[in-house]
Amino acid sequence: MFRLPKRGLVDHGAPLSFSFDGRRLTGLAGDTLASALLANGVHLTGRSFKYHRPRGILGAWADEPNALVTVIRGGGRSTPNLPATQVELFENLVAFSQNREPSLERDRWSINDRLGRFLPAGFYYKTFMWPKSFWSRVYEPRIRAVAGLGVAPEQADPDRYEHRYAHCEVLVVGAGPAGLSAALTAAESGCRVVVCDDRPLPGGSLLSAASATIDGLGAREWADTAVARLSSMTNVTLLPRTTAFGYYPHNLLGLCERLGDHLPGEPAGPRERLWSVRAARVILATGALERPLVFPDNDRPGIMLADAARQYLQLHGVAVGRRVVIVTAHDAGYRSAHELHAAGIQVVLADTRPAAIARSTPFRVIPDARIEGTRGTLRVSAITISHTGRSERIDCDAVLMCGGFTPSIHLASQSRGTMAWDAEVQAYVPAGSAEAECSIGAAAGRLELADALADGCRAGRDAAAAAGFAARRIGTPRASVDHSVGQGGIIGALPHGRDPAKVKAFVDWQNDVTARDIMLATREGFRSIEHVKRYTTTGMATDQGKLSNLNSLAITAAQTGRPVEAVGFTTFRPPYTPVTFGALAGAARRDLFDPVRQTPIHDWAVAQGAVFEDVGLWKRARYFPRASEDMQAAVNRECLAVRGSAGLFDASTLGKIEIVGADAATFLNRLYVNAWDRLAIGRCRYGVLLREDGFILDDGVIGRLAADRFHATTTTGGAARVLATMEDYLQTEWPDLDVWLTSVTEQWSVIAVQGPHAREILTPLVQGLDISADAFPHMSIGEGTICGAALRLMRVSFTGELGFEVNVPSSHGHAVWEAIWRIGQPLGMTAYGTEAMHVLRAEKGYIIVGQETDGTVTADDAGLAWAIGKTKRDFVGKRSLARPAMKAPDRKQLVGLRTLDPAKLLEEGAQIVGPDGGPSLGHVTSSYYSANLGRSIALALVRGGRALEGHRLRVAMPGGGIEVDVTNPVLFDPKGKRLDG
Amino acid sequence: MLLIPCPYCGNRPEIEFSYGGQAHIARPPVPEELDDDAWGAFLYARDNVRGPHRERWRHLHGCARFFNLVRDTRTDRIIASYRVGTPCPRVEPL
Repeated sequence: MFRLPKRGLVDHGAPLSFSFDGRRLTGLAGDTLASALLANGVHLTGRSFKYHRPRGILGAWADEPNALVTVIRGGGRSTPNLPATQVELFENLVAFSQNREPSLERDRWSINDRLGRFLPAGFYYKTFMWPKSFWSRVYEPRIRAVAGLGVAPEQADPDRYEHRYAHCEVLVVGAGPAGLSAALTAAESGCRVVVCDDRPLPGGSLLSAASATIDGLGAREWADTAVARLSSMTNVTLLPRTTAFGYYPHNLLGLCERLGDHLPGEPAGPRERLWSVRAARVILATGALERPLVFPDNDRPGIMLADAARQYLQLHGVAVGRRVVIVTAHDAGYRSAHELHAAGIQVVLADTRPAAIARSTPFRVIPDARIEGTRGTLRVSAITISHTGRSERIDCDAVLMCGGFTPSIHLASQSRGTMAWDAEVQAYVPAGSAEAECSIGAAAGRLELADALADGCRAGRDAAAAAGFAARRIGTPRASVDHSVGQGGIIGALPHGRDPAKVKAFVDWQNDVTARDIMLATREGFRSIEHVKRYTTTGMATDQGKLSNLNSLAITAAQTGRPVEAVGFTTFRPPYTPVTFGALAGAARRDLFDPVRQTPIHDWAVAQGAVFEDVGLWKRARYFPRASEDMQAAVNRECLAVRGSAGLFDASTLGKIEIVGADAATFLNRLYVNAWDRLAIGRCRYGVLLREDGFILDDGVIGRLAADRFHATTTTGGAARVLATMEDYLQTEWPDLDVWLTSVTEQWSVIAVQGPHAREILTPLVQGLDISADAFPHMSIGEGTICGAALRLMRVSFTGELGFEVNVPSSHGHAVWEAIWRIGQPLGMTAYGTEAMHVLRAEKGYIIVGQETDGTVTADDAGLAWAIGKTKRDFVGKRSLARPAMKAPDRKQLVGLRTLDPAKLLEEGAQIVGPDGGPSLGHVTSSYYSANLGRSIALALVRGGRALEGHRLRVAMPGGGIEVDVTNPVLFDPKGKRLDG
Repeated sequence: MLLIPCPYCGNRPEIEFSYGGQAHIARPPVPEELDDDAWGAFLYARDNVRGPHRERWRHLHGCARFFNLVRDTRTDRIIASYRVGTPCPRVEPL
């Protein structure tokens, strides 16, 4: 086959069996899936995205656009869109090709290739316009089925992922010659160094540098020595199989370490580890990627990058063909030709440059070559080259391309450094830093080995010194090479003599973008490279244009008559290569996705069979069904019990803030709409807090425990927001006030005892506090003890019934709840949940912030103008209330709605219109069935609603409007007599 | 993720902080003296700076104190960090 004995870093004595599209094949330990396929003579590995053209392996690592496979590992493990060039081979690996039906060899959608002239750039913007409704129903699903990549796995990911943080003085990205010498030099100074490299073995280009020597050692040997030295140092973390995918502000880099995918079977530990590394200095030694050439029919299987072919030879001992033609515009093509020739492969080299220098080569060189096309369906079989005025067809089984090298500036650009056009390299290179970073070696456009080593030593020394570590002077390693990389290179489309309208010369293999597509885009007026990219899709998808970007830039530049550097380049964004969702999520899945907050009474509610709902992070008991009750039945029973005898409610989630200090009353006065300075000790008041723009932020009862001490409650969801607002004003506007704010939400468990029997139930339990009607009227607060626990008792009601809120230290919450429960049982006391609480408060027209309010509702809109201290000159939001729009009579105001049919339940959020239709007047904010009133009830915000009381409106609902009468929002016990029991 | 120098605690990762918008916008001491336009500007008008931006941060999950940063919005480079109530250090113009 195509394996050459005794060559490469593979283990020729360790065969591995694997399957590709169901075919059993054999590779070697040390292979990638791509090298193992090539060793078996398999080039055809994919079908292209749009035209479904047969495609082969183009590159040798992360730049691969064609050979995308799905790897199946069992147990739900299925990973689509992996470049075969990056999949390490293991015993019994199972891989499938993608985007073909039924097989790679006979793909029914290859018809698209012949319809190519009807599918130009942007065809879907032009072709599938009519009828409009067909886009989502017909066109898009069909296009998606035909044009696509792999299929997302359907089962949950069974693997584990880990997150780790690290800090270091120097982070080196890339362990090639530049990176290794930088890491060695920096590490010798004693500073903390992290080195990462995305390949299985560190060494980069040194591993395939067959003829190079460094300090008298073979390049591989020198790399091995350097890696061994780094591994032995305690201040160095060496991470192979680790991709630095993102460069974030202040030198935080995201690294993804692959731990399990190269091994057979289930991973013993995590599959991947996501590193967040904060480095004082970053050295980018990310190398360069070889550029393909844009000539007619340049995408047949067997056509690949010249340096990729050289790497398959030197790393894996694989010949990509027996008779190859190398097309080059750069001296590096000669290096590949020499090495392939030396391995016994027949080589013809076609140099596209007009003045090819005379070279003494053991293989044929065609200077001034023009590529007219290639032949072969599932594998290239010949190439047509015109030179010296004649056309020649050369039979071959592989065509290799070398257009020069593009420095990998992805991370440098992500770090927001500036780039400059380098005419010699014909590429952008890093020019200025925004972070403490530098690019070295090939990543900086310096392709020769000696330059990379020298760059590394200098950068390593400078980085250590900048971090305050004196580098020991170690000499720059001396390199010698048989074939220098040399110079040259070209970007853009190569000239040819064929009809440009009939030629497909690919720029972007992954997105099937040809030179003609980019020319079409510029003819249609696209000039910005960002627009050309989005219109033609060049540079998108999993490879993000690693191979295509510069060629598309050059074609755009040529078409618009501008130099390349005037066109600029598309923005580089993370990630450099795709990152799994698993790695990003880490342990934050299922139970660990979010913290869960539970009250001290949670377990009791669980034991009672409560159904819970999420309120923020809290679990709250929603209702307590008995036997076969559904929610409505349970809620009806709970509501009737509260108004009939007594109800017990866990209000522990209420936000609680203790406000202490000589200026506490002044502080509350400035913040809340209410007047606080004359609130007597032992009394409570319902407070409304506005934002500075005049809209309701939160509400809650505040009690005065002492002249300098208030106990404030907030809504469950608003607790953190209210405390943050208070701290903001206290710290930044009124730092002179003597006030201390403490969140005590978790310290106090709150048990609401509501209903006509509430006092009777609590009296035997409360010590040290007279809670009789005269001594402890509505809106009182007092301290005492209950069941031996400290007690802060508030006489407040969110139900309209006689009510108390028992605050006890959380450690006593459960015990006190049980004690009250036992006493209440003979009197018919019932536990009720949040759903009954909502119904009971709605019956009374009490608002819930966030339900009746939405950030555009003032205190007056919500019917709370009575709470505003009339004599106060200022409070937060007061000035805004004087703006004209805030006083307009047609503002939306809180009203009640009565459906004419008492059984009809409105939908929350439904729009309200006039009796004969017309524009929306508002919307339903709350809607329930009220067992106590024996009918449906609703609250709503309606334009000028208070003046409409008694009028008829319509609520738009699916199936037709529902007629309603506007009422006062207080629907139950409007005089409030029940508050006193 | 930014590395933010809290003037009380030192360098801490951004995840410990909350952002508080543009700095040095004092609440008018007597709001009723402002006409509607002036009050509207206090509420809503903010700079949209390309370059050094003076902004409020709070070390919410640390010392819980508010402080001010000067941050270059182009690069996220932090130019200065100072306590509430102290004047903004001189920042070189663009």
